Amino acid sequence: MPKVTVDGQEIEVPNGATVLQACELAGKEIPRFCYHERLSIAGNCRMCLVEVKPGPPKPQASCALPATEGQEIRTDSEMVKKAREGVMEFLLINHPLDCPICDQGGECDLQDQAMAYGRGASRYHENKRAVTEKYMGPLIKTWMTRCIHCTRCVRFSEEIAGVDEIGALYRGEDMQITTYLEHAAKHELSANVIDLCPVGALTSRPYAFEARPWELSKTWGIDVSDAMGTNIRIDARMREVLRVLPRNNDDVNEEWISDKARWQVDGLTRRRLDKVWIRRGGKLEAASWDEAFAVIAGANAGSSVAAIAGDLLDCETMFAAKKLLGALGSTLIESRQTGMDYPVDNLAAVNFNSTFAGIEEADAILIVGSHIRWEAPLVNVRLRKAIKRGAKVFVVGPHWETTYPAEFLGDDAAVLGDLPSHVADAMSQAERPAIIVGGAGLAAGALDTALSLAGKWNLVRDGWNGFNVLHMAAARMGALMLGFAQKGGLRDLADAKPKVLLSLGADEVNYQQFAGSLKVYIGHHGDKGAHAADVILPASAYTEKAGTYVNTEGRVQMSDKAVFAPGDAREDWTILRALADVFGVSVGFDSFDELRAAMIAEVPALGQEGLASYGALPQPGTGTPKGKIAYPIKDFYLTNPIARASLVMQRCSAELLHGDADFAEAAE
Amino acid sequence: MTLQDKDRIFTNLYGFQDWGLKAAQKRGDWDATKALIARGQDSIIDEVKASGLRGRGGAGFPTGLKWSFMPKESKDGRPSFLVINADESEPGSCKDREILRHDPHKLIEGALVAGFAMRARAAYIYIRGEFIREAENLFAAVQQAYDAGLLGKNAAGSGYDFDVFVHRGAGAYICGEETAMIESLEGKKGQPRLKPPFPAGAGLYGCPTTVNNVESIAVVPTILRRGASWFSSFGRENNKGTKLFQISGHVDKPCVVEETMGISFRELIEKHCGGIRGGWDNLLAVIPGGSSVPLVPAEQIIDAPMDFDGLKELGSGLGTAGVIVMDKSTDIVRAISRLSYFYKHESCGQCTPCREGTGWMWRMMERLRTGAAEPREIDMLYEVTKQVEGHTICALGDAAAWPIQGLIKHFRPELERRIAEHAGAMQEAAE
Repeated sequence: MPKVTVDGQEIEVPNGATVLQACELAGKEIPRFCYHERLSIAGNCRMCLVEVKPGPPKPQASCALPATEGQEIRTDSEMVKKAREGVMEFLLINHPLDCPICDQGGECDLQDQAMAYGRGASRYHENKRAVTEKYMGPLIKTWMTRCIHCTRCVRFSEEIAGVDEIGALYRGEDMQITTYLEHAAKHELSANVIDLCPVGALTSRPYAFEARPWELSKTWGIDVSDAMGTNIRIDARMREVLRVLPRNNDDVNEEWISDKARWQVDGLTRRRLDKVWIRRGGKLEAASWDEAFAVIAGANAGSSVAAIAGDLLDCETMFAAKKLLGALGSTLIESRQTGMDYPVDNLAAVNFNSTFAGIEEADAILIVGSHIRWEAPLVNVRLRKAIKRGAKVFVVGPHWETTYPAEFLGDDAAVLGDLPSHVADAMSQAERPAIIVGGAGLAAGALDTALSLAGKWNLVRDGWNGFNVLHMAAARMGALMLGFAQKGGLRDLADAKPKVLLSLGADEVNYQQFAGSLKVYIGHHGDKGAHAADVILPASAYTEKAGTYVNTEGRVQMSDKAVFAPGDAREDWTILRALADVFGVSVGFDSFDELRAAMIAEVPALGQEGLASYGALPQPGTGTPKGKIAYPIKDFYLTNPIARASLVMQRCSAELLHGDADFAEAAE
Repeated sequence: MTLQDKDRIFTNLYGFQDWGLKAAQKRGDWDATKALIARGQDSIIDEVKASGLRGRGGAGFPTGLKWSFMPKESKDGRPSFLVINADESEPGSCKDREILRHDPHKLIEGALVAGFAMRARAAYIYIRGEFIREAENLFAAVQQAYDAGLLGKNAAGSGYDFDVFVHRGAGAYICGEETAMIESLEGKKGQPRLKPPFPAGAGLYGCPTTVNNVESIAVVPTILRRGASWFSSFGRENNKGTKLFQISGHVDKPCVVEETMGISFRELIEKHCGGIRGGWDNLLAVIPGGSSVPLVPAEQIIDAPMDFDGLKELGSGLGTAGVIVMDKSTDIVRAISRLSYFYKHESCGQCTPCREGTGWMWRMMERLRTGAAEPREIDMLYEVTKQVEGHTICALGDAAAWPIQGLIKHFRPELERRIAEHAGAMQEAAE
């Protein structure tokens, strides 16, 4: 613990800290552009210069200088002030200073720091440099004249995303940041460079010229595009969500989000269900709430009611549905829309037990049937870190493009019963071995084998639990905690031939199995569920209601309501509460607070933000893996009804996955 | 006290003899190299330290001391490397080129001995991309050495395994900076690295590395053969030995010549270059160490000793000893402006002050050349050079700033005269 003096104030700093970190610990603000906590140190913007004794008689880059015992650091001397003014002047001489038409305005590091540390007036009278725009794909808009060459974007692609596609061309003042041959940045995290860019060089293409940051109301939410529970900030103006940004949470998403989490929100205004619809003579017709309720009451269902929960649901909605069905005397509730029937009496067996932060520490990882890059892009970032620390990765399942060295063991899940000896050795000799079973692995019946391997390799040991299941649905863990599952899965519901089927935003279900039921769709997008429905009751999307979500590692998180739902749409729980009156039963809550309190009373873990505890792993069953593994996600950008309605996601899908250049041109 | 022929290290500097192995051996190269190596690593480093040899690439860091920073044994199995900087691109410098052309075996033998002394596994010679014939000679010379068993396994019968690789650059000046050279060798964009870690800790491929100039390495075998005391008998205290001077510009016979350190400028010019064009009265200024050092006006340089400390006292430096002589016919502002253009063109673009500052400085120099400026802009330019100097990762920013600082320091009246003249002409035109 070296002791240093910052502007006369003596402090102790952790070993390995840099001078910049020491200054921050002392409460001094150090301006910076290239330095970023989560990226490697470049030391090239020269904005963080400070005076350090002992050392050469010139200012030192504090971001790259290790703090050592007895250093005298000055951040307020004349030398430092002049150095900052000088660097700021250099940064600005070729910067266009077009803040009035720049989307970064109001949230621009260069703007802020120029105000704080700049000279005030320009002495530069020569011509300014202009740089042509670069094409970086449908999400990133470039304005490279504004670039200050901090190389954060280059380092992000290389180090975090693991995709070498942004780099610098040429040298000196002709240096330009670009993608390789100006191809689009083709990975799931590409738009994070927009947040990283300290100036307006890389801005958001879909959000271009939409709003100024001070016009936006900012709400803390949880993303539902995958099961990660990514922490997001929802920026809205009036009744429209304009963009989504990541929120820092080191346990979950660090400070990144996937492109889908960021940009599916433009789908929130398209294909919306904003009226009540009733199917008459095979055609959907607009109707009123009373008419719809009359149709539902007319089914005379009694207790023959079933409910399917969709992938994007919050716990409160599911709990309200469970209460409603309970009051009717039905237990036909299920959330696994595609018909999976893995046992759920012990949730530890279907949880991501290592936690996202923990998986970084793993040193041997066996992935069973998961296309991690598409199913949980941010877990892939964590895996990359583990591999950088020396972990080995083996994958059972069809090949996908990893961002790290990985060995693919075959497509057939049966290989688990007969692993090559070097894989078995690596796993059994590892200090912190981990298995990750994905949705395709569960579908192929690999859970029992994985559990028995967990016992064999001793995956649960002191301070380490290496057994993980990676879900894809934001609602999954919450649904399972609420008991939204049947022993036989969806088949149990179909076999019961319910008179009324409540579909809560369930858009991945094969509705043919429910041909005889009155299908009531309570959801927000006109997707597969609405197409099959007899009655449509318009509900709210995740940005339009408060709710509790449990991510795939069992982390309970709460989200706030950012905007109101459009048209006649209502918050889901109010619709279910109204249905209770239609059916003539009592569910025991009249407000959201009462609903949440009832839910917490029944499942106390949902009342506490943080990791839920599921106990020890169960004994493995006798199931054996069968058949080839097939990943459920065929198109990363179009996995849920919101994303499918989003023009941005459609364009990403067409252009980045299907190489459809016409789409790009047509859109312009 | 000029250097006698018997004391010259580079005996084939002018290529009067063949450059090949046989001829080199006749000149004494590769003579009992095994015995040199048998002296042991520490003894070689001590001898080089005792000789007072300072790095010949420009910075003048004591060579023996630099070698002693290398790890004595590898704790984690990483090998050590020697990188030889043959990316001679400094305007005004042309000494390494003569060595590569006419005496490559001096360098290769030096590489083996120096590499052995610092416990390096191999030497990489990074040769400037524009040196085409020189690279051909070097490739051939290395092959000759391999064929004769002087390199490779059991190099020169010494029992030490040592390889020499020649790597051609692609013409970037910045790759002459040691860490940029390492990046370039690794196949990356040539941009200087942050220090620390220094190359001796983590250099080429993350392994301990020493980067030395061609001349520093090539003189080592001769120093070992003739003894440290012989080498240190030349020159002044702290500035020992002989040095290749490269005189270009307005002298009667520009040349590359080996001389003792500390020879006076007058003697160097009179003896080897046939004097200044138009006589001593016609001398305007001299850039004594390659384009990166500030110029020195005539009256200060004439009797100054040409060595590290002597020129430092004049506010300049010996650099690579690439002496650029300018007589009174020179447009001194244009000359310096051209150098500014060079640095603008060669800045790697990594650090803000150098990337933006070199272009700004050049554009202002161009205006000062024609006088299309305000008198106060001279001070502003000086301030800009101060904002670049010392604010960057490598020394290219300093190198771009110093020539302009030298110009303003010594030729401010000339700058002011041009501004006044231009303003007068504008005035007339307006009337």
